[in-house]
Amino acid sequence: MWYTARPVKAMDSTTPTYSGTADYIAAPDLMQTVDVAVALGRPLLIKGEPGTGKTMLAQSIAHALAKPLIVWNIKSTTKAQDGLYVYDTVQRLYDGQFGDHDVCDIAAYIKLGKLGEAFSHPERVVLLIDEIDKADLEFPNDLLWELDQMEFFIPETRQTVRAGQRPIVVITSNAEKELPDAFLRRCVFHFIEFPDPATMRRIVRVHHPDLEDGLLDSALESFYRLREVQGLQKKPSTSELIDWVQALAIAGVEPARISARMPFLGVLLKKDKDVEAARRDMAGGRTGRGT
Amino acid sequence: MFVELFYLLRAYGVPVTVTEWLMFSQALAQDLAGSSLTGLYDVGRACLVKSEAYFDQYDQAFQHMFQGVETPQEIADEVWQWLADPLAPLHVSEEERRALLEALGDIDLEGLRRSFEERLQEQTEAHHGGDRWVGTGGTSAFGHSGRHPGGIRVGGRSMHRSAVKVAAERRYRSYRTDARVDVRQFEMALRRLRRLSARNQERPDELDLEATVRSTADHGGLLSLEYQKSRKNTVKLLVLMDVGGSMDPFVTICSRLFTALNRATHLKDLRFLYFHNCVYDHLFNDASCSTRNAVHTTQLLNELSGDYKLVLVGDAAMAPSELQARHGIIWWGQANEEPGIDWLRRLRRHFPHSVWLNTIVQAEWDWAYGHHTIAEIRRIFPMFELTVDGLTAAVSALMVRR
Repeated sequence: MWYTARPVKAMDSTTPTYSGTADYIAAPDLMQTVDVAVALGRPLLIKGEPGTGKTMLAQSIAHALAKPLIVWNIKSTTKAQDGLYVYDTVQRLYDGQFGDHDVCDIAAYIKLGKLGEAFSHPERVVLLIDEIDKADLEFPNDLLWELDQMEFFIPETRQTVRAGQRPIVVITSNAEKELPDAFLRRCVFHFIEFPDPATMRRIVRVHHPDLEDGLLDSALESFYRLREVQGLQKKPSTSELIDWVQALAIAGVEPARISARMPFLGVLLKKDKDVEAARRDMAGGRTGRGT
Repeated sequence: MFVELFYLLRAYGVPVTVTEWLMFSQALAQDLAGSSLTGLYDVGRACLVKSEAYFDQYDQAFQHMFQGVETPQEIADEVWQWLADPLAPLHVSEEERRALLEALGDIDLEGLRRSFEERLQEQTEAHHGGDRWVGTGGTSAFGHSGRHPGGIRVGGRSMHRSAVKVAAERRYRSYRTDARVDVRQFEMALRRLRRLSARNQERPDELDLEATVRSTADHGGLLSLEYQKSRKNTVKLLVLMDVGGSMDPFVTICSRLFTALNRATHLKDLRFLYFHNCVYDHLFNDASCSTRNAVHTTQLLNELSGDYKLVLVGDAAMAPSELQARHGIIWWGQANEEPGIDWLRRLRRHFPHSVWLNTIVQAEWDWAYGHHTIAEIRRIFPMFELTVDGLTAAVSALMVRR
C-alpha cells in the first residue's frame, strides 16, 4: 500500500475517499476524479489504452471502500433493457400450458438485470459497466434516464425500482465507438494515461515481487524504447510487459543482453510489421544527428 | 467562480455545456478541489472535458487563464516539428553552468518570454545542439533537453528541471483527432455507412418473439410461431482511387483506407476501381492502370444504379489541362474526346451521394500544388480531407437522405 500527498480537503465524514489499494496503483489525479464522481453521485467514465487497468479500477474502488461489486459486461448484442429487467414470457407461457404454476403472479417472471440488481441492493454498491462501447451506438442514450434518476419503472407489474443508495457507477470504454454527447454530459470523465516508468516499475513489482533490480531496469528501459519506435501499429502494453518480464526471468536472460538482443520480442509485439519495424530500429541505432 | 474559464474553453474549441459547468460548480461548492491549482485542474478536467481529444485544448485554456501565457497555435505547431527529433541530453559541468548563469544575469521572465517570441519569429528552420535558436540538446535558452539554466522549455521532457517556465507542455497533443491515424480508426468511421432496411428481404426469416407470444395467447396457449423479415444493411459503395504520380507520398494513408474498406464487411456491395489523376473514358481494376484490365466508364455507369455511394480518393492536384482540355490525358498514346471535368460532372449526376476524399490536408487546399484543379473539383464534389475527422464528415455527407 502506498500513499500520495494530496491536498487536505474538507469532507464530511460520510464521504469516503479513495486512495488505491495494495494491488492497484492509482495516479493522484485518478483518485481525485474518483472522489469527485463519488461525491457528486455521477457515473465515472474511464477511457484509456488497453492494459491500463480500467476494469481493475472498479474492483479496486469496491475493495477500498468495502462495497459489493456488481459487474455488467457489455457485448455487441447487449440491450439497455437487459440491464434493467427481463420479463420471461416464454417461461410463463410454458407454465400456463401445463398449469402446474400460478401464472397470475407476473412478478415471479420478472428477472432483474445488473442495473436493477444494483438499484435494489440494500447497500451502496459499486456497479461496473464494462466496455460500454462494445454495444450498439444508441445503447448509452437508452440508459440516460435510469443513470440520472437511478430508478426505472416496470410496466408489467406497475412497480418502480428505485435505488435507496445511489450506486457508484464506473463505466469503461475502449473508444471503439464515440459515445453520445448527452451521455457524456452526465459523466465525470477520466483518461488513464499510459504509466510512466516509475509507476510501471511499481506495477511490475506488484506482479513479480522478487524480481532482480538489474533485470527490471533493463527490461523497462527496452520496453519504453520499443514504444517510441516510429510506425508501430500496436504498441506493447502493461500486460504484455508483465508477461515479457516473466519470460525473461524464467529463461534467465542476463540484464545486459536484453536491450541488445530483445529476446522473446513476440511476447511484446503481435504483428509481423511491428517486429520488422522494431528490428530495423535496433539495427539502425542512434547516430549523431542535428545541425 | 472562474466563469471566464468556461468561455475560454469554448474559445479553444472544447465543447463545454452549461450542464457540465454546473457539475463543476457543484464539485467546487463541495470543496472537492481543495485549495490547490492542481486540484482545480483535475476536477475541472474530469467534469468539463469528456474526451482525451480535447485535453490539449483544455491544457491551453487552463494555462491561458491561470498563467496568462499566450500560446499562439501557429507558432507552436512549427516549433513542435523542429523539436520532434531531439539530440541526446547534453552534459554540462557545474562550472559551465555557472558561467552560463552569469552570462545570463538575473533571470527576467518577461524579457525571456519577449525574446523567445522574437527568436521564434526570426527562426525559420530546426536547430539542434546550438546556443541561440529554439532546438534540442543545446545551451540556448529556448527548446528542450538542453542545459540552459534558466530557459524556456518548449515541450520535450523536463530532464534537468531548470526550465523557468514551461511554455507548452501539452502532453495530450497526440490524442487530438484531427491528426492522421490508423486502419482501425478508419474502420470505426466507416461503420457509420449503415442503413438498415427490411424492404429488400424476400421472405421473413427471423423469429418475431412479440408476435409469437401474442399469437400463442390468441390460440389459447398453443405455440404458434411468427416470423419477420430481418433487417440488412443496404449501403452499396463504389470507391475510385487515384494512383501513381503525385499520389506516391500518400501511399501509406491510402493503403490504410484500402484495408479498412476491405474489412468493412457490413456493406451490401463494395466496388473498388483505380484511375490516374483524373477520371476519363476508362477506369482500371488494378493499381498499375494497365489497359488490359480497363473498364469503360460509361459501361460502369450503366451497370451501377445511382443508389451506389461514390467515394473518390485522390489529391485532385493536376495540370489544369488534364482536367479542362480535350486530349488532356497525361498518358501518351491515349486521347480523351471529352475533358476530365465532364466525366467528373457525369459521375456526380449519376451518383447523387458522392464525395471526394482529398489526401492533401484541408489547410493546404488554397495554395498547394494543384490548387486550381482542387478548387474546380470542389465545385463538383463535396470535398473532405483524408483524416479520421474528414472521413467521418464524408460518411455523414454520404448518408444524408435526399
